[in-house]
Amino acid sequence: MLPGFGLSMGFTLLYLAFLVLIPLGGLVLYTSTRITWGEFWSRAVTDPRVVAAYKLSFGASLIAAVLNGVLGLIIAWVLVRYEFWGKRLVDAIVDLPFALPTAVSGIALTTLYARTGWIGRLFDPLGIQIAYAYPGIVLALVLIGLPFVVRTVQPALEDLEQDMEEAASALGATRWQTFYRVILPNIMPSLLTGFSLAFARAWGEFGSIYFIAGNMPFKTEITPLLILIRLEQFDYVGATAIGVVMLVAAFFLLLLINLLQWWSRRHQAS
Amino acid sequence: MAGSIALRTKRASAYRPIASTGESLLTRTILITIALATLALFLVLPLVLIFTEALKQGLGAYFAAFTTPDARSAIRLTLITALIAVPLNTVFGVAAAWAIARFEFKGKSILITLIDLPFTVSPVIAGLLFVILFGTRGWLGPWLQEHDIRIIFAVPGIIIATLFVTFPFVARELIPLMQAQGSEEELAALTLGASGFQTFWRVTLPNIKWGLIYGIILTNARAMGEFGAVSVVSGHIRGQTNTMPLHIEVLYNDYQTSASFAVASLLAFLAVLTLVVKSIVEWKNARSHAQAAREAEQGDHQ
Repeated sequence: MLPGFGLSMGFTLLYLAFLVLIPLGGLVLYTSTRITWGEFWSRAVTDPRVVAAYKLSFGASLIAAVLNGVLGLIIAWVLVRYEFWGKRLVDAIVDLPFALPTAVSGIALTTLYARTGWIGRLFDPLGIQIAYAYPGIVLALVLIGLPFVVRTVQPALEDLEQDMEEAASALGATRWQTFYRVILPNIMPSLLTGFSLAFARAWGEFGSIYFIAGNMPFKTEITPLLILIRLEQFDYVGATAIGVVMLVAAFFLLLLINLLQWWSRRHQAS
Repeated sequence: MAGSIALRTKRASAYRPIASTGESLLTRTILITIALATLALFLVLPLVLIFTEALKQGLGAYFAAFTTPDARSAIRLTLITALIAVPLNTVFGVAAAWAIARFEFKGKSILITLIDLPFTVSPVIAGLLFVILFGTRGWLGPWLQEHDIRIIFAVPGIIIATLFVTFPFVARELIPLMQAQGSEEELAALTLGASGFQTFWRVTLPNIKWGLIYGIILTNARAMGEFGAVSVVSGHIRGQTNTMPLHIEVLYNDYQTSASFAVASLLAFLAVLTLVVKSIVEWKNARSHAQAAREAEQGDHQ
């Protein structure tokens, strides 16, 4: 038997108690004792500005996560299956959004996609505004979510048994049928995990969107920004009510994705 | 949950392209083009832009951006925050990984979920948690005010928020690594009479060295770059509670774009350095795996 269980476990629990459990308890207690149902309802559920923010956050996160699912799968596929010059460098750079501060990627994307930016000026003559509009928000969310999908799908593709594909092809399946009927169902649980991680991250993201969104109430104001605005007005009740809705939504999303994963694993087994 | 950021211990799949399971040259070219274009557009171009914008007004202006009193104060505060948060979270990460990877106990999955929490909680909500606890209208606000202690809109709040958002990284790197390695070597050392501390220092630590280094570097990059949570608790007092990311925001909103990107370039450089360390660590891991496999094979032949 190895020593040190009591010491390491005790320290871990103490640390988590101070940093996570007590603050979370404080939030729950605050919500249940200092906010009435009526207040909660009017501040976080029926306020049109807040509802507009929920819709924006949810919609943009969903679009970004779907784009991440497609692009991430293609990148993972290319990295696992093909050989090309500079592949190792490409593989390394996928992790950049994990290490790059969100404020830094935020100002970089904004400058790049603003009307006068390197890419924004290509779209401006077409009448398409990217920065300070909806597309800019989606763009920022795609950037921060991309590595989640690539890094969860990549190992699943690496572990795939090639015999199955050979069998499918020997039985007369076209390459596309093999992909659609054999490969995709096998990597589906990982793809769903990557998708849910990207979605969860996008739902709570603040830094990279803050700069590119333009932050117009009812139009490009995301939910986390509203919490910040409420706190700047010392409106703890308003901030907490919205925060609770965000936490509950995140919890249900993760639950839903876990169910989906469980279903797709079972589906695959049968 | 956050397995996606963990180091990959296995490299290169056994995939061998053959005619019946490969794609046509056209399909391959299209897919590679999409992948490279996506990465260029979303990752490489922003990185290039940061350094281009930072150096737009020449090297003199670039270095001048770091010597203003506000910039110096922001750099100092960021360094202090990292200097406190990184060691504390490293000790936590090692302790948590030791408990989780080396022992079986009830509620382990709940513990892991708790450790993953900062990955799923919005950084703004992380800040909100501590405002409710320590803010003027929060639980401890009146008591703190009575004793003239400032946490929110002051340095302690920034450090606590940073601790919260960066505590999982070391643990998350070490847990899979230590689980994969198993505890045979440690048990052998104990049987041979080593003390618990000697076992950890001489056996465990050398084995997890590279994963630990990457975990620390990643924690450091995230601690220095945290924006959302720190934004909530800082109060944006120039020269006092602005960290480097907050200073970048102030400069950017003041239309001092070059200076803003100059400060941003320091953090971007740190991010690139983190990726370089990750690549080295993965390469070292792959090499030691290959060596272990070779030795096992030789052992079989003898």
